[in-house]
Amino acid sequence: MSTGTLKGALCAATAALALIGGPALAQDVSACLITKTDTNPFFVKMKEGAEAKAKELGIALKAYAGKIDGDTESQVQAVETCIADGAKGILIAASDTSGIVPTIKMARDAGLLVIALDTPLTPIDAADATFATDNFKAGELIGQWAAGTMGDGAKDARIAFLDLNPSQPSVDVLRDQGFMVGFGIDAKDVNVIGDEDDPRIVGHDVTNGNEEGGRTAMENLLQKDPTINVVHTINEPAAAGAYEALKAVGREKDVLIVSVDGGCPGVKNVKDGVIGATSQQYPLLMASMGIEAIAQYAKDGTLPKPTEGKDFTDTGVTLITDKPATGVDSIDTAAGLEKCWG
Amino acid sequence: MADAKPGMQEFEKSIATAGEVASFDRHQKTPVERLQHMLHSHPALVPLIVLVLSILLFAVLVGSRFFSPFALTLILQQVAIVGIVGAAQTMIVLTAGIDLSVGAIMVFSSVIMGQFTFRYGIPVPISIICGFIAGGAIGYLNGFLIARIKLPPFIVTLGMWQIVLAANFLYSRNETIRAADIETNAPLLQFFGQQIKVGGAVFTYGVIVMLLLVLVLAYVLSNTAWGRHVYAIGDDPDAAELAGVQVQKTLISVYMLGGLICALAGWVLIGRIGSVSPTAGQFANIESITAVVIGGISLFGGRGSILGMLFGALIVGVFGLGLRLIGTDPQWTYLLIGVLIIAAVAIDQWIRKVAG
Repeated sequence: MSTGTLKGALCAATAALALIGGPALAQDVSACLITKTDTNPFFVKMKEGAEAKAKELGIALKAYAGKIDGDTESQVQAVETCIADGAKGILIAASDTSGIVPTIKMARDAGLLVIALDTPLTPIDAADATFATDNFKAGELIGQWAAGTMGDGAKDARIAFLDLNPSQPSVDVLRDQGFMVGFGIDAKDVNVIGDEDDPRIVGHDVTNGNEEGGRTAMENLLQKDPTINVVHTINEPAAAGAYEALKAVGREKDVLIVSVDGGCPGVKNVKDGVIGATSQQYPLLMASMGIEAIAQYAKDGTLPKPTEGKDFTDTGVTLITDKPATGVDSIDTAAGLEKCWG
Repeated sequence: MADAKPGMQEFEKSIATAGEVASFDRHQKTPVERLQHMLHSHPALVPLIVLVLSILLFAVLVGSRFFSPFALTLILQQVAIVGIVGAAQTMIVLTAGIDLSVGAIMVFSSVIMGQFTFRYGIPVPISIICGFIAGGAIGYLNGFLIARIKLPPFIVTLGMWQIVLAANFLYSRNETIRAADIETNAPLLQFFGQQIKVGGAVFTYGVIVMLLLVLVLAYVLSNTAWGRHVYAIGDDPDAAELAGVQVQKTLISVYMLGGLICALAGWVLIGRIGSVSPTAGQFANIESITAVVIGGISLFGGRGSILGMLFGALIVGVFGLGLRLIGTDPQWTYLLIGVLIIAAVAIDQWIRKVAG
């Protein structure tokens, strides 16, 4: 292309921009949503929430995702693309919470608002704001419920922990340790899984957060101690897998399974008695609040404020069970099904 | 060939008068050479020895919680899926190919079986057949691209892995069909989850079908013309072609059968996890290749035994359960499996150097 035609094209483009630019100011604001994967219903729902809110506020939204959970390269590329694209803000559920930080810094230096969704970055102030479930609280609620439901039996409980993966990501640690505190176990260092010495703990195993992993992990721990009667699970697919393992040895009726998520299949499993109680989180809300914050920032530069007393914005968590325990607030599965995702 | 020995010709007469011209050095074999030779003729022996040793090791370290009929058959249950997918992988690796799409075919077939039943209300047996047709068709397509279009197996199946997995997520809308719904409306989908108990031992139908499949394929691969052709193609496709083997047809049949076996694995998977989940089986390709490699099957094709694959899968299962019972960090399992993979290939290279 010669310089002449290039200049011509630029002139035409500027003229066109001048014509449409003025009245449709809001359309100039663009935002990125970067999730861990686009296959997990949790992130599918998050995307839906962001898209709906973006449309309402007239923001152009581009969505990116890693190929699998843990695919941080794709997320780095996505952040770089957003910077190059001139986006106003980025909403990100990071796969590698510390590995992504240098890239996030680049984005913030370029003037983008970065909000961590669902998963806090390490350190948490690497992002301008964090909109997330209080995962420690989520664990605490199911721990309290399990202890309340067992009553006196809690002091002789045999507890299995079905965690996420060996690298102990922050949500895994928070839910696991939150459960312990809620149940009345001395969690020692609440940043580490596995340093506890309470004899009621049978063991921890990893599930990768799916049915297959949940079943295998449950089988392994049952082999370690067949008298397990309480099972903490990282999410509802892992809980469903654990239930299958218990059913195979005929123990599904006398074991309490608790979980975190609040996806629709999970809430239905609470209703059917597969899972005793689950802590429901709200991905749609995280995303829509995130888009609102970016719109606000684009308008007048205001940064979102964290929830009082916390270093992030709490999007709420609710215990769902049909067998409420005294002293623990909960809603029943009918109400839970109205708010469930996926 | 027909007139090979009409009698001695003129120029051959000197042979009769000459002394010994040349001979092979037939020195006494050392024990190591004899071992090398034995391992060369019985490729499943190394993984079998490792399996027995690892079972004994954990029996000593852990005791009866590990060395019991229940725990040992539990390992069988835990490796049933990898064993079935590994059977498909074995055939393909024997042809010097590789299939990265096995796990994706498995989960897509299981999703088709589930969604056809629940979304469209198709009778369960027909849905299951549809799942098998899908698996076989994808396998056929793999084989067609590899054998007829001459694309490398790694590339074809790398692409097919992505395509099938994406199709799986798009089609299933990321929805899980819950175990309770399947149990009440379509129990046939969970057929392979049923159990037979013998004393403390528990065999699921999934375990039994896996063992049967491996035994049948072991027979077919070593005792039928088709099976010998599979080995011949892996050893040297040109020589096989010259010897009259229909290389392309056989290759396509191998990949297609592989696809059908993956669909079977998909059905067994529903029995194992109870539900139909589009996110299951993400690592089945790597796990099956691991079993194949630890099982002493040469990735260069033409050598190895499907029983070795089964032993390889069981070794991984034994280490998985054993180390968990000892209570180590799960990372140790992965570390040890990594060591086993490299050791297995090193042994394979050593055995290949066998003389005579």
